Amino acid sequence: MTWLSSHWSDVFSLARDHVYLAGLPLVIGLLLALPLGWAANRSRTAYPVIITTTGLLYTIPSLAMFVLLPGILGLQILDPRNVVVAMTIYTVALLARTVADGLSSVPAEVLQAATGMGLRGTRRFVTVELPLAVPVISAGLRVAAMSNVSIVSVASLIGVSQLGDLLTDGFNRVIQGELVTGIVACMVLALVFDTVIVVGTRLLTPWRSTQVAPA
Amino acid sequence: MIRFHGVTKTYAGGTTAVDDLTLTAPTGQITVLVGPSGCGKTTSLRMVNRLIEPTSGTITLDDRDTASLKASELRRGMGYVIQHAGLFPHRTVLDNIGTVPRLLGWKRAAIRERGMELLELVGLGPELAGRYPAQLSGGQQQRVGVARALAADPPVMLMDEPFSAVDPIVREQLQDEFLRLQGELGKTILFVTHDIDEAIKLGDQVAVFRVGGRLAQVSDPAYLLAHPADDFVADFVGKDRGYRSLQFQAAPRLTLHPERTALLGERPDSGRDPWVLVLDDADAPLGWVDTTLLAGPITREDLHRGGTVATVSGSLRAALDAALSSPSRRGVIVDDSGAFTGTVRAHEVLTIIEHTERPPLEEEAVT
Amino acid sequence: MTSLVWAWLTRAASWQGEGGIPHRLLQHVEYTLVVVLIAALLAIPVGLFVGHTGRGRWLVSSANIARAVPTLGLLFAVTLWVGPHIRGNLAFVVPSVIVLVLLAMPPILSGTYAGIEAVDPEARDAAAGVGMTGGEVLRQVEIPNALPLMLSGLRSAVLQVLATATISASVGMGGLGRFLIDGQQQGDYGQAAGGALLVALLALVIDALLAGLQRLVVSPGLTDRASRRSRRGNDSPAGGKVHAANPVDAATTV
Repeated sequence: MTWLSSHWSDVFSLARDHVYLAGLPLVIGLLLALPLGWAANRSRTAYPVIITTTGLLYTIPSLAMFVLLPGILGLQILDPRNVVVAMTIYTVALLARTVADGLSSVPAEVLQAATGMGLRGTRRFVTVELPLAVPVISAGLRVAAMSNVSIVSVASLIGVSQLGDLLTDGFNRVIQGELVTGIVACMVLALVFDTVIVVGTRLLTPWRSTQVAPA
Repeated sequence: MIRFHGVTKTYAGGTTAVDDLTLTAPTGQITVLVGPSGCGKTTSLRMVNRLIEPTSGTITLDDRDTASLKASELRRGMGYVIQHAGLFPHRTVLDNIGTVPRLLGWKRAAIRERGMELLELVGLGPELAGRYPAQLSGGQQQRVGVARALAADPPVMLMDEPFSAVDPIVREQLQDEFLRLQGELGKTILFVTHDIDEAIKLGDQVAVFRVGGRLAQVSDPAYLLAHPADDFVADFVGKDRGYRSLQFQAAPRLTLHPERTALLGERPDSGRDPWVLVLDDADAPLGWVDTTLLAGPITREDLHRGGTVATVSGSLRAALDAALSSPSRRGVIVDDSGAFTGTVRAHEVLTIIEHTERPPLEEEAVT
Repeated sequence: MTSLVWAWLTRAASWQGEGGIPHRLLQHVEYTLVVVLIAALLAIPVGLFVGHTGRGRWLVSSANIARAVPTLGLLFAVTLWVGPHIRGNLAFVVPSVIVLVLLAMPPILSGTYAGIEAVDPEARDAAAGVGMTGGEVLRQVEIPNALPLMLSGLRSAVLQVLATATISASVGMGGLGRFLIDGQQQGDYGQAAGGALLVALLALVIDALLAGLQRLVVSPGLTDRASRRSRRGNDSPAGGKVHAANPVDAATTV
């Protein structure tokens, strides 16, 4: 489209910012969600506490979060770190439960066999439970990725720059090409994230692609 | 009475599930449909209440074509019990039982009363009335399923492997209770199972199906064991046919021998024969004791419990088993109240068996 | 920050008139309710149909793909294209309502569909077998058993709409979002943060109310079974806290 062809570099730099703002929280969020999910899965008392708290955090609308965090963190409202923290909170909120569910989906017999062979604690977690929980966690991660890409665009309303700028600017100045480019760019980015996660999952779980189809 | 008239069911891909079935299920009796997987027994059952519609042929209920009624009305007049009970998880046990009465428009008080009555009938306590299916065990759920089927007192019951999903001990209990219930209620029952022993135990009439939906043989259980119609049926009925057929033959007057008995706490000396039968206060047998191994007075730990016990009015099979399983090789026989009456030896039972007549071969081909 | 927010909250002017807190709060709640009602009226029958008959499953999967579209972009696009065709004040509301309804339908649709699908097939067979007509099976057995998942879907739809309605203030719709947008533009952080706080509180309160409603409406015979059946794994050690809305299933994007 004509608008896009004359604004490639702008779109790319905004896209780069968008990837950072949506992607970094995914990584941090996942890393934080792993121990949380593990704790929730292990303990009958921890589970409701963790899940309810994360559920509540997820309930808070994104724009509200973007506006409140600067005050809480003591940062400037335009500071992109607000967005990163907000998105991390959302990612953790979503993934904590996913990780817990993923870990609980590992068949009990497998766990018992592993323990019976002498694998315990962190070793068992890393070599047995986590790999088997990957499919479930991956599904949640994909949802989180798509969700993040969409939510980050809202940050344009508080002035943090990324692909959402194409949306606000395209709307305010009634430039349809820009608005459409923004929408499509977000969708493409979401698709890219999704593909990366799918490929990554497949690499991490080679046993699944060798499944024999039922007779 | 349920009658199949040349009923066939074929599916779009070309598979024939039921092939030209003609069968009569007599009123007031249990007709068991049995066979390997894919033999069409369940399909046949589900055609009676039209959960599956026949491709050709008719099914009549007391000479009325089932196709002439509205399907839901037809079903409300039949009890339907399935493998995992299929209870409604969102309703209490009492509400589950009252499903058909509610559909028929009964008053609430009547539904409740009937529900409590049926709970007792199927052997469940009234405290279960307000529970939910998820809180019951598999056996309890099955009983509720049967109660639900009986609620509107239908003359006909359709049962699709109702006892298959529970463990063997519970299954036996359910089977025995079922027979007791049928003794009281006398319904016309069509019962599907894949277990030939269950079929033989429960059926007044057993219909054996072969894969492909054809009827192989229809007869009463004793006849089926004595005269399987062909190799398939013989194979399906399985081994131990002779032994199993004994359960249908009542033991005629057995010659009973007296026996040395003792009570717990006594200290009998070893006579010619080391084995002594220990009884309780009501003269019921507790077990055998080897007097050569006794260290002091008889205690419960000394009891040898291997032998089974048969009643005087029981079957030849029970009597033979009592003799075979007893450590002293003398089978313990009790009277109908459970008190010890005497023992029998295996060869005596076998002599009786040899002189008993087997069911005569019928001239006519089956069905 | 707290002092700014406190100042704004305690100022009498904040509570008066069309731009005051009570009015905006009411607007926000009204929009949410109306939108969810419309979306439910549209999506529930479709979900029931797909779940009961098993046809049209593609509808449900395509609804999930729509998740990739950025909400803000959708709002802007629909406002630009539809807005000019509508006269008067409604021009600010209608495009947003359209988008909100579109966003609320997928969770309701998949919740309804999943709920019906999750009904024990044996219970369904038994229901037909004891003589219930198709409609009776649906009303007396399928829907009551589908309620846990249906209500989950409704709950996520409500939260989704509530959140998006906040953003719709940027295209001129009323509601609490106005405080955030206006506060931003006027450099009045107290207003923006105050509005944000109110929105957050509203979301939490409504979620709690809906959770309570779920517990009231759903049969006690279903509480543990529903959670065990719909979650992928074995029993979650959740015990009583069954109805915490699962963000993954909810897939809210805003």
